[in-house]
Amino acid sequence: MKRKYPYSGLDDILKEVELLNPSGALKLNDSIVSHIYLGAEKIAGEVVSQQEKPKIDWDRKMDDILTSKVFGFPSMLLLLAVVFWITVTGANYPSEMLAAALFWIQDRLTDLCHLLGAPAWVNGFFVEGVYLSMAWVVAVMLPPMAIFFPCFTILEDMGYLPRVAFNLDRLFKKAGTHGKQSLTMSMGFGCNAAGIVACRIIESPRERLIAMLTNNFVPCNGRFPTLIALASLMVLGMTASPGVTIIVVGIVLLGIAATLTVSWGLSKTLLKGIPSAFVLELPPYRRPQLGKIIVRSIFDRTLFVLGRAICVAAPAGGIAWLLANIHSGGLSLLQHCGSWLNPFGQLLGMDGFILMAFILGFPANEIVLPILIMSYLAAGSMTELSSIEQLSNLFVVEHGWTWLTAACMMLFSLLHYPCSTTLLTIWRESRSIKWTALSALIPLVIACIVCFAVAQAARLLGWV
Amino acid sequence: MGLTYQSCSIGVTKESFSKRRTSGVDYTVALAGNPNTGKSTVFNALTGLNQHTGNWPGKTVLYAEGMYTYKENTFKLVDLPGTYSLMANSPEEQVARDFLYTGRPHTTVVVVDATCLERNLNLALQVFEITSRVVLCVNLIDEAKRKKIVIDMDSLAGKLGVPVVTTAARDGYGLDTLVSTIADVAAGRVKTTPFMIKYKDVIEDAVQKLEPKIKMLLGDEFNTRWLALRLLDKDQVVISAVKQHLARKNGFAATGGEAPA
Repeated sequence: MKRKYPYSGLDDILKEVELLNPSGALKLNDSIVSHIYLGAEKIAGEVVSQQEKPKIDWDRKMDDILTSKVFGFPSMLLLLAVVFWITVTGANYPSEMLAAALFWIQDRLTDLCHLLGAPAWVNGFFVEGVYLSMAWVVAVMLPPMAIFFPCFTILEDMGYLPRVAFNLDRLFKKAGTHGKQSLTMSMGFGCNAAGIVACRIIESPRERLIAMLTNNFVPCNGRFPTLIALASLMVLGMTASPGVTIIVVGIVLLGIAATLTVSWGLSKTLLKGIPSAFVLELPPYRRPQLGKIIVRSIFDRTLFVLGRAICVAAPAGGIAWLLANIHSGGLSLLQHCGSWLNPFGQLLGMDGFILMAFILGFPANEIVLPILIMSYLAAGSMTELSSIEQLSNLFVVEHGWTWLTAACMMLFSLLHYPCSTTLLTIWRESRSIKWTALSALIPLVIACIVCFAVAQAARLLGWV
Repeated sequence: MGLTYQSCSIGVTKESFSKRRTSGVDYTVALAGNPNTGKSTVFNALTGLNQHTGNWPGKTVLYAEGMYTYKENTFKLVDLPGTYSLMANSPEEQVARDFLYTGRPHTTVVVVDATCLERNLNLALQVFEITSRVVLCVNLIDEAKRKKIVIDMDSLAGKLGVPVVTTAARDGYGLDTLVSTIADVAAGRVKTTPFMIKYKDVIEDAVQKLEPKIKMLLGDEFNTRWLALRLLDKDQVVISAVKQHLARKNGFAATGGEAPA
């Protein structure tokens, strides 16, 4: 038998609710909260005992230094510098070994092609295009990532990141944004897409959008090795890595400055508002689990990110080879594109090939430098590198790089648009074409302005 | 750096969160707790997944979901965002609360920090109001020991009326007991009678008046005391959820199914 369902039941109940609690007269939430707090206090008081207070509160002592007004910033800088120094120094040697090994394999692959009597384009496309670009990604990217990730994860596991947020909170408040933005920036160091998702911890939509639009100014793992390699080019001659470390730290600080400036600008114009207050709990310092961190950051992160880079690099390398080897009117397509972009590149202190590399590197920032190397090799007379040391030869001697070229490319790499994955993430999170477009346009315009200004100033002053 | 397979790939924004009890899953288990108590560490230890863990509050911004099997039963574990309360003041609190009453997990594990039990119990007591099948996981017991904090676990379990398991999830200590306790509560082998906060008489009277009517409307599927409190507070989210639920039931009844009493 079917019973008639009491649809009106809910309405009746709600009517009764209105009678029982006329316009919130019961002050229900206040009562609930106070009773629950009292209950928790009572139970905890009865079961918890602390025999003796620890003599020294190490957490407090560490926080007194790490978050103090005087030592907060210097200690933060020092830690940052130490992490980069370890990365730069540690990555040097394995990079060279990897490059040597991978180039050796390349020669064997070429031998194999000859042995099989394959046509020249097979060797060209697959070995000099696809394989070589993957080899460069591995050689340039793998060592710094494998060192930087664990270092940073150790800091995170210890509980240092919230202290960074605490230190930077004052600056973000001045910029009219949320202090938690520094946490999302820390995530951005690993991957900007992850940084964008982390922006969910910011409740106010206005501040969340600002954090999303500016996350790009934190150099992600895809850009780090590029920055390190370019910094090494800049300090050519003095092989000591402190110089490289200082440059990389400087670039990161510049990125933070750009974040603050753009955030400030946005909160004064497009996204007006006052910063909302928040309470951030400083968690206790915990002993990091070294073994687990190293295993996890290598398997979960380094290899995964590297895999993604290789997947993008393989077709991009193929395309670069094709562009370099399809000729029209006596010049290769690559040279056509390069020379077409060149005037604009020169204005920004770079050249056409560098801009090409940035455009082709849109799917993943990791491949910008490998693509550039490939195009230089294809376009110049020097067609093969036997070791990573010859890189500077290729750049400086063959293609006329100066310190300004390296500096402008670093600046452009730091500031330019986010990669395609990050943009997609921004769109998914904001569901707005407008904000997604702005998150690419704002950095691009800033990157162009900054590079233009630096290049023109350096040339006017006769520094180059 | 919240970076694992999921968070650096395109799948980064995919919500692996579903309120349905998927087929093949015997029991759904929710992990609730204050921020930074080690929920994700427990989650990873039980599921063998590598959800990103990190020592900062609020890092679980994605809902993580994983499976594990214990004694031939499949458990689906849902890692809820860390919250201090379930008053739905923030998106995280809203999400955690909504999952507890619409997802209706078979067991809810409340992970609490042994070094600050009092503050953590606030959340536990609020969870008790929504669901009775709760296991209290007192985590970070190693840290408490270092701080010379002693907790009388038997007395705590007695007062709360739910099983209490002590763990140091980072080192894997106590996880076996946690897994078996979860299974016992999920299968109903262990009965839980969580401690209920009594409010002032006006509120209790009003709740008593509403409860039978709610029971008539919705049956025994839901926790009527909690619903009465929410309705009394005119909680719009809960009201519309009840409406939706009724509409679904109604559709079912119209196609010839048995309407609930």
